[in-house]
Amino acid sequence: MTATLADFGIAFGRVAFVMMFILNLGGLLTWVERKQSAIMQDRIGANRASIFGLRIMGLFHPLADAIKMLTKEDFLPARADRFLFKLAPFVSVFFGLVAFASIPFGDTLRVGGRTIPLQAVTLNVGILYVFAMLSLGVYGVMMAGWASANNYALLGGQRAAALMISAEIAIGASIMGVVMWYGSLSLQDIVRAQGSLLFGWIPKWGILTQPLAFILFLTAGIAATKRIPFDMPEGESEIIGYFVEYSGMKFGMFAMADFLETVVIAGLTTSLFLGGWQVPYLYEAGFRFPWGGTLGLPHLLVVLLQVGAFSLKVVVMIFLMMLIRWTLPRFRYDQAMRLGWLGLFPLAILNIVLTGAVLLAWGSHP
Amino acid sequence: MGVVAFVVIAGIAVGSALGLVAKRNPIHAALFLVVNLGAVAVLYLTLGAQFLAVAQVAVYAGAIMVLFLFAIFVLIPGKEETGPDPRRSYRIVALPVGAALLALLAAVVVVGTRGAGSPAPAPDGVESIARLLFTDYLFPFEVTSVLLLAAMVGVMLLARRREG
Amino acid sequence: MKAAQRFYLREVISGLLLTGHHFFANMGKHLAHAFGRRDARGAVTIQYPEERRPLAPRLRSLHRLVRREDGSPRCVACMMCETVCPARCIYIVADEHPNPDIEKMPARFDIDLGKCVFCGFCVEACPEDAIRMDTGILEFSSYSRRGMIYTKEMLMALEPAGPNGVPRSPVPIPADRVV
Repeated sequence: MTATLADFGIAFGRVAFVMMFILNLGGLLTWVERKQSAIMQDRIGANRASIFGLRIMGLFHPLADAIKMLTKEDFLPARADRFLFKLAPFVSVFFGLVAFASIPFGDTLRVGGRTIPLQAVTLNVGILYVFAMLSLGVYGVMMAGWASANNYALLGGQRAAALMISAEIAIGASIMGVVMWYGSLSLQDIVRAQGSLLFGWIPKWGILTQPLAFILFLTAGIAATKRIPFDMPEGESEIIGYFVEYSGMKFGMFAMADFLETVVIAGLTTSLFLGGWQVPYLYEAGFRFPWGGTLGLPHLLVVLLQVGAFSLKVVVMIFLMMLIRWTLPRFRYDQAMRLGWLGLFPLAILNIVLTGAVLLAWGSHP
Repeated sequence: MGVVAFVVIAGIAVGSALGLVAKRNPIHAALFLVVNLGAVAVLYLTLGAQFLAVAQVAVYAGAIMVLFLFAIFVLIPGKEETGPDPRRSYRIVALPVGAALLALLAAVVVVGTRGAGSPAPAPDGVESIARLLFTDYLFPFEVTSVLLLAAMVGVMLLARRREG
Repeated sequence: MKAAQRFYLREVISGLLLTGHHFFANMGKHLAHAFGRRDARGAVTIQYPEERRPLAPRLRSLHRLVRREDGSPRCVACMMCETVCPARCIYIVADEHPNPDIEKMPARFDIDLGKCVFCGFCVEACPEDAIRMDTGILEFSSYSRRGMIYTKEMLMALEPAGPNGVPRSPVPIPADRVV
């Protein structure tokens, strides 16, 4: 009985960690977005929300935003499809949340004779799972666009669908190169394989073995998050998107879903191309440097270092994506389509062919 | 536990399939189809076929149905399909075709259960599926690709700019 | 468009380098500021209510009525400003001044700031130098039109601005905003 209870607790803990990680990071991103864009643009950024005169660099603004959104009028258009209108934001957020489940945030943790995989769900096809959940997220957007009974919203939903399809094709095709290289669909296996060294001293991270796939994946991934430069489903400033008719927390949930997807794309990029939880030269028993030195570390510290490295890499990726979001102008609809279908997709196919050729020439994984 | 899960998921699958047929609103019908595909994917999961389940969701629910919805968005912006069906007389054909399909399905099920039993799926789905696809089922696989090619050529023909 | 620009990636990277440079340079200045280097500023933002931009000495801000040494207004209710005002926002009621050397004084001197266009003609027209627009106060707002009317008492209580246009008298609170 105690064993099953412990198992349940462990499973709950794994899921809870991932949920906390992604939800908190997603919530914090509203603050990061404001502050980072402000610093990039020689401004200070939101810093006025205060509790008892305490401002701590505007960190209370996400809180203030949440309170504002929860207390706003929840508007329902007269001719809207009531059920779908209410369901749409939940669908968006749901698939953003569950997508992170199979991304490993560490290797295994050994406590009291148990081996706990540091991953919410261990799937043999984890990479495809994340990909599938990301692609399902667009249903929320399309439902919102259609249920609003508003032509602008409908057009926004259509643009979202078209963008999602072209982004998905490119994501799927660019992932294939990585899958071929590491020979597995499990994210944990892919991350483990990235721990080995090239020429004895370079960590074999995906960004080195699959540089073209990295660029293609990042581009398509940013398109999948529906943020600038691929924000034509939303186009907050001028073209009006699928959530025109939404107000209050439902609108907030759509914005939240974008941030969650940003975290998921950052996590997936980290796992596929930046070595996931791998710390260079850190192994089970501690550091083993290529120049011969060793540094033994206790198991718990190693695990902590790995989880920390994963978090750090995700944060760096998010920083990069924010930097891109605040640097580039928006693509026009036709430009984004052309980039997706005539740019990213053929290049991804080329990457698959090249990877296959290299694998054939080497005979196995170099 | 397993039986309960099966009953619930199968119920969702059958219910959503009925909704797909019964709903007059094309968007609702398409969303029911998405739910149906998802439920079937979960059934695959309970059978241990992770790859098949995720591929079903990614390809059918994630890509093909999005295109479906996109097409419906473009063609029918209204809430309901209105007006009489212009091809009402064709509905008579539906009965024999449906009956034939049912008979075929029943035959497959009967043959499948009476036979020695289908080989249990290999635990790791991806490699075994790939092996089957490129050995035993290579011919149907290639025929399907020719079918898709034909569809693509047809689309290009239809979408081509006509001169003059 | 050149072929190199059509390829996007190079341009994207150069753009990212530019914005990234801004980010890290500003971040460094913010950190230096936080660790005591008060002259390091990472942003050009002026935190308005606490910090104010220096105002030009000739900037026309809220009017004030200049007082004599005995505290009565220097204004002699000659109606020059009321006449010259293009927006007709000044309303004066004349009265006898207790001092027989001074002929008149205003009993009422109201300026409707909802109408005022801040042209400064009243200041130019005044023969007694009794009205000036040098308080440095730029914050006048109210929830009603009534509250935009500033009376003689309010205008007489104001002081000229200090150096850099920093107001030396408190911003008058309109009648409808008194809590």
